[in-house]
Amino acid sequence: MKVRAQIAMVLNLDKCIGCHTCSVTCKQVWTSREGVEYAWFNNVETKPGIGYPKDWENQEKWKGGWTRKRNGTIQPKMGAKWRILASIFANPHLPEIDDYYEPFTFDYTHLQTAPESETMPVARPVSLLTGERMEIKWGPNWEEILGTEFRKRSKDRNFEGIQKQIYGQFEQTFMFYLPRLCEHCLNPACVASCPSGSIYKREEDGIVLIDQEKCRGWRMCVSACPYKKIYYNWQSGKAEKCIFCYPRIEAGEPTVCSETCVGRIRYLGVMLYDADRIEKAASVENEQHLYQEQLDVFLDPEDPEVIAQARADGVPEAWLEAARNSPAYRMAIDWKIAFPLHPEYRTLPMVWYVPPLSPVQSAAEAGHIGWKDGLPDVESLRIPVKYLANLLTAGAEAPIVSALQRMMAMRMHMRARTVENRDDTAILAQVGMSAAQVEQMYQTLAIANYEDRYVIPSTHREYAENAFDLKSSCGFSFGQGCYDGRTVGNLFSASGPSAGRMAPTRIREAQDVAKQEAGQ
Amino acid sequence: MSVPWNGFLHYLHDFLFGIYPYICMGVFVIGSLIRFDRDQYTWRSGSSQLLRRKQLVLGSNLFHFGIIFLFFGHFVGLLTPHWAYEWAIAPSQKQMVAVTAGGIAGAVCFVGLSMLLHRRLFDERIRRTSTRADMAILVLLWVQLSLGLITLPFSLGHSDGVAMLKLSAWSQAIVTFQGGAAELIRGIDFPYLAHLVLGMTLFLLTPFTRLVHIFSAPVWYLFRAWQIVRVRGGATTRPGPVARPGLAGGAPQPAAAAPAQRVPAE
Repeated sequence: MKVRAQIAMVLNLDKCIGCHTCSVTCKQVWTSREGVEYAWFNNVETKPGIGYPKDWENQEKWKGGWTRKRNGTIQPKMGAKWRILASIFANPHLPEIDDYYEPFTFDYTHLQTAPESETMPVARPVSLLTGERMEIKWGPNWEEILGTEFRKRSKDRNFEGIQKQIYGQFEQTFMFYLPRLCEHCLNPACVASCPSGSIYKREEDGIVLIDQEKCRGWRMCVSACPYKKIYYNWQSGKAEKCIFCYPRIEAGEPTVCSETCVGRIRYLGVMLYDADRIEKAASVENEQHLYQEQLDVFLDPEDPEVIAQARADGVPEAWLEAARNSPAYRMAIDWKIAFPLHPEYRTLPMVWYVPPLSPVQSAAEAGHIGWKDGLPDVESLRIPVKYLANLLTAGAEAPIVSALQRMMAMRMHMRARTVENRDDTAILAQVGMSAAQVEQMYQTLAIANYEDRYVIPSTHREYAENAFDLKSSCGFSFGQGCYDGRTVGNLFSASGPSAGRMAPTRIREAQDVAKQEAGQ
Repeated sequence: MSVPWNGFLHYLHDFLFGIYPYICMGVFVIGSLIRFDRDQYTWRSGSSQLLRRKQLVLGSNLFHFGIIFLFFGHFVGLLTPHWAYEWAIAPSQKQMVAVTAGGIAGAVCFVGLSMLLHRRLFDERIRRTSTRADMAILVLLWVQLSLGLITLPFSLGHSDGVAMLKLSAWSQAIVTFQGGAAELIRGIDFPYLAHLVLGMTLFLLTPFTRLVHIFSAPVWYLFRAWQIVRVRGGATTRPGPVARPGLAGGAPQPAAAAPAQRVPAE
C-alpha cells in the first residue's frame, strides 16, 4: 500500500442551472490570452449533445483514453510508444480548431466610425486567427439548451443502447447541463502519451500539470486525453490545460470555478488512494467494473492502518483530517451518489458527478411517476437512466438507480419532516440509509454551506520551498522568471504578426473600397 | 577577369569555407545552449496542425522522413573517413549509392516541403499566424533542398566520385580543426559551394528559429514508464527546504483530531 492524497471534485448535476459562471470566471483568469481564445479549461455543455469539441466522446475517432490489450495490460488507445512516436510529424487524430470553434471578436470600432446611413451600424464578427470578417459557424456552447436540431444532437454517444428517436419528440425531450473540466485522473492518458515527459501528476495533491518549459508541442496529449481537456496554444506552441487553480488550492482556497458557482453545486475534498492499486484497477476486464474498482482504490481515512501508512508516506496531518471530513468521500463512498465521468476510458478520473434527478417534485405530486417496491420508480423519470449510465458507469444502471433513489428518498424524507411534521423512515430503510445519514446528506447537498463544500487543507509550502529563494519572485508565471505567457520577441523568439495585434481596428467597408477604386 | 576581383574571390572562398564554418558552428552550439538555458519556453516544434490540417498530414510526413534520411545520409557520407570504407566499396560506387538514395529521399522531401511551403504562404490562416522567421526558414530549406537536387546531375557528370571525395575531405578537415580546409574544395562546381554555404547558414540560424526542436527528438520516450509523478520540490534543486516535523521515523505525532461526524452507509 502506498498512500497518496488528492483533492477531488464532485459536481451535483441535480442543482446545475447552466449559468456558465464557472466557465466565464475561469476564462477570465486563465485563458483570456492570445493562442488560447478557443480554449475553455471549464465549459458547460447541454446534454444530450455532441459537446465541445464536437463529438469528443467518440473515441473511435479521437483515440483518447486507454485500451485493454488481450494480454490484460493497458496501453493508450493511440497505440504503443513507437506508434505514438511514429505519428509525431502529423498526428492523425488531432482535432482542428474548427472542431472547437474559430475564435472571433466583433468589429466594435465600426459602431463609432460608421458614416451616416439609413440603417443602424452593426458590429460584425472578425476572426481572431486571420483578422478577416468571418461567419460564425460554431461556438463553445452551440447546443445551449438543445440549440440544434435533434438529428445533430442525437449523434451524442450516450444514446447508445437507447431507442433515441422518441426523445426527439417535443413531449419526450429531456436535457441537463454537464460542466466539464480536467479530470486530474489517477491514470492520466495525457501523461502517458507525452513524448517529452512534460506532463506530470503531483504527488502531494494529485493535480496534473504541464511543465511549460519542457513541453515541445508534440501535441500527442491533445488526442490522448479522452475528455479533450488539453488545448494546444497555437501562439506559444505549447499544450495547456486546467491547472485546478493550484495556487489557490495550495493556499487552502477552492478553485475559481468552485468559488464562483452560484448554484453551489461543486464540492472539493481530499481522497486518500492506494497508488499501488491504480494499474490493476485500470486494467480490469469488464468496463462496467471500473467504477467499483476505482472505489476500491480509495482508502478509508478512519482506518488506523491507512492513517499509519499515510503518515509513513508523508501525508501531512492536516490532510488526513481533511480526508476524514471530505465531502467528496461522503458522496462517492458513504452515500454512493457520485460517479466518475466515463470510467470506460480507464483513466480513473477524479472529478465526479451526482446524476440529475430531473424535475421530479411536481411530476411526483401529479402522479406522473410510478411506484415500485415502495419506492418511486426512478426509471420512469424524464432522463433515461440508461443515458446517465452510459455517461457515468459505462452503462451499468444499478448504481445510478440506487443513487437516484437515495436522492429521491432524501427529498421525500425531508419533505415529510418539514411539511407534514412526521418522519418517513420506511422509505429510508428501503434505500439502506439512516435518518442521521440522510440529514447529513441534506445538509451537504441542499444547504451546501461553504465550509461543507470546500474542505481543503493548505499545503504547507514553508516545508517544501525555501522562502528566501522565492523573495521578490513573480509567483505564478509561465516560467523564465516573470513571463506572462506571450511570445514577447527577443533574440530567440521573433514576435510574429500575431492575431491579437493584427486584428484590424477598422475593416474597410465594401462601399469605401468601391469608392476608392472608382476614384483611381 | 581583373586581378583584384580574382583576389577578392580567392579571399571570399577562404572566408566562406575556412572561417565561416567555425562561426556557424560556434553560434549553433553556444546559441542553442543559451536558448535552452535561458529561454526554454520558446523551445518547441511550433506545429500549426491545429489551425489547418489540410496539406500538413501528408506534407509534414513526407518532408520529415525525407529530411531525416538526408541528414543521416550526409552525416555518414561526408564524415566517414575514406580508409574506413575503401576496402569495401569504390568511390564511384559509393557516389552511385549516394546519388540514388539521396535522389529518392530528396524527391520525397521536395514534394513534402513544397506542400508545406505552399500551405505556409497561401493559406490565409497559416500565413497570418506565422512569424517572419517561420516563413524565412521554410523558404531557405526549400532553396537548400533545391540546390541539393541541382547538384545531382553534376555528380553524375563526373561519376568517378572525385568531387564527393573532395567534399568529404573538406568536411572532415573542418570538424577535426585542420587548417587550409578551404583549399580542398577550390574550383569545385558552383552548386556544391552554394549548397555548402546555405547549409552552414542553416546551422547558424538554428538557435533563432523553430529548428531547435530537432535537438528534442523524443527518442527517450520509448524507454520511460507510462506515468510520471513529481514529488514536491523534486523538480528543482533548491537548497535546504526545512524538513517537515513528524516525518522522521518515531517522531511524535500530533494528536489525531476528534473524529468527524460521519455516518458510514449500511
